Amino acid sequence: MWYRHGMKNWRSLAIVGLAVICAVGTAAPARAGKGVTLLNVSYDPTRELYREYNDAFAAHWKQETGQVLTVDQSHGGSGKQARGVIDGLQADIVTLALAYDIDAIASHSKLLAPEWQTRLPHNSAPYTSTIVFLVRKGNPKGIRDWGDLLKPGVEVITPNPKTSGGARWNYLAAWAWALKRELGDLNKLDDPKQAAAVAAAQAKAKAFVGELFKRVPVLDSGARGSTNTFVQRGIGDVLLAWENEAFLAVNELGPDKVDIIVPSLSILAEPTVAVVDANVDAHGTRKVAEAYLQWLYSPTGQRLAAKHFYRPVSVDMVDPALLKRFPALELVTIDQVFGGWKVAQKTHFDDGGVFDAIYAK
Amino acid sequence: MSLRPATAEPRWVRTLLLTITMLFLAAFLVTPLVAVFTEALRKGVAAYFAGFDDPAVRSAIKLTLLTAGIAVPVNVVFGLAAAWSVAKFEFPGKSLLTTLIDLPLAVSPVVSGLIYVLVFGLNGWLGPWLKAHDLQVIFAVPGIVLATVFVTLPFVARELIPLMQEQGTEDEESALTLGASGWQTFWRVTLPNIRWGLLYGVILCNARAMGEFGAVSVVSGHIRGKTNTVPLQVEILYNEYNFVAAFAVASLLAMLALVTLAAKSFIEWRMTSAPASPAVPGDPT
Repeated sequence: MWYRHGMKNWRSLAIVGLAVICAVGTAAPARAGKGVTLLNVSYDPTRELYREYNDAFAAHWKQETGQVLTVDQSHGGSGKQARGVIDGLQADIVTLALAYDIDAIASHSKLLAPEWQTRLPHNSAPYTSTIVFLVRKGNPKGIRDWGDLLKPGVEVITPNPKTSGGARWNYLAAWAWALKRELGDLNKLDDPKQAAAVAAAQAKAKAFVGELFKRVPVLDSGARGSTNTFVQRGIGDVLLAWENEAFLAVNELGPDKVDIIVPSLSILAEPTVAVVDANVDAHGTRKVAEAYLQWLYSPTGQRLAAKHFYRPVSVDMVDPALLKRFPALELVTIDQVFGGWKVAQKTHFDDGGVFDAIYAK
Repeated sequence: MSLRPATAEPRWVRTLLLTITMLFLAAFLVTPLVAVFTEALRKGVAAYFAGFDDPAVRSAIKLTLLTAGIAVPVNVVFGLAAAWSVAKFEFPGKSLLTTLIDLPLAVSPVVSGLIYVLVFGLNGWLGPWLKAHDLQVIFAVPGIVLATVFVTLPFVARELIPLMQEQGTEDEESALTLGASGWQTFWRVTLPNIRWGLLYGVILCNARAMGEFGAVSVVSGHIRGKTNTVPLQVEILYNEYNFVAAFAVASLLAMLALVTLAAKSFIEWRMTSAPASPAVPGDPT
């Protein structure tokens, strides 16, 4: 009669299975406890910064209001994260790599007012960064500036400008350096009398960036992926990286492996932050979300930014010893050289733009 | 040219084929598996277990168990219903049904994920309705479960359909003739007949449900401690330079694979050694 025995086992298995489903089904909604929760949707390299900032702000908020705050984090490529928010990722706050990605949320959805960038000081960028080089220990290929990237036998690692905010900054920084080399003075860009010289310089810059991307063996989709390609997998001679990402790589992976090289000129990268209006209103979290972003401009927020290798916008708030880590270099802005993000995106990175043309060659 | 029996190749051909097979297995299966455990244990056993002492990791494990705990039973019910329909009934569109069941195997997991974004996303077909009713499907647990159910859909059904077709309907007909109810027939005749095939399907389904990356990655939103499954958490840990923890958590998935393989071999052995058709109800033994 073994089949009867077998049947019993089957039945009890089915009952256990059902019990499991019921148990997890009832357990799941119990998660929503008291207190308030924010979701900060951010880009790749800010993990360490916001881990510490969230704890600090939660303590501050508890002291101010008595309310228990939990901040959930989501990290990924900046463009991809913006897409997620557009598709319904319930971000209360977005802290992305560049204003263009938050503009994309505003233009593709009604979640965010178009004038979001004027709501907070410094174009809604509480900290800035720039693009530097990470090279192998001792700089065996002798890389000092952008021009050295085209030396024979040099392999360059950068993520894909199509998907990565950092990579777009890399590309634009290289372009700006080439323009400066040709023109000597970037103010000529705005001078109508210099139009012919500017056009020639733009062509040279395009050729330079085209050559540069020919030296890229792997285009990862995000900044962190490229850092891993360079440091962990040992591919390439120089990594074009966020300054904060370069410092972090040196700290995490050991100063015996890589060196940071600061070029003569780079771009002022402004990672921007915004409250997602429709989501905070639906969640009833506007007050705490706004306070969260404003506190980034406070002495604590600025100190934490500097600690995690972002350049604070209010340097007077931060201990000068902490600022020594940021080398002085000429920083150009995207508005000055490229006419702002919308123009730069359309000219260089949209489908059929300059990047497609030079990378397809 | 005379026909030779299949086993009569020259010795060197056999050696060559065997060597190629072994080299491929070593390069593509054994080495990565060994690497996972070596990396996970590189800083000792304490560091290995410290990798699990993280709320985000524990939440990922819970979410993976929850997802598999829902996806597998759902697929058992679906697989049984589909296999029963295909094997025991005649109806129009039957071959279309069997083809459709294979669809998730043919579609890239990323596409499967994007389908759910298109349907349930804020700008998707059901997006406005879901928002009006304050329901969140994608970038939340329901979306992860749905995507997992989708990619694991074929596993149980595909095991059962050929098995039940082969077995035909005689046993059930005898049981019904002898006065058993439909439910009794199912529990006492059909289920014992197919149990090893069913278990085989469940094990494969479970392995895929726990290991799925692509489709889940698209619908997850990657909210730490909330919507990351074990495979997604492994990627996050790796990207945070937390290599030991990344490989420690990855070793869980590797162990799942080993357990799955062991269970699969055991079931295959049972399926071939046990008689396909066990005792009929009322058998006095």
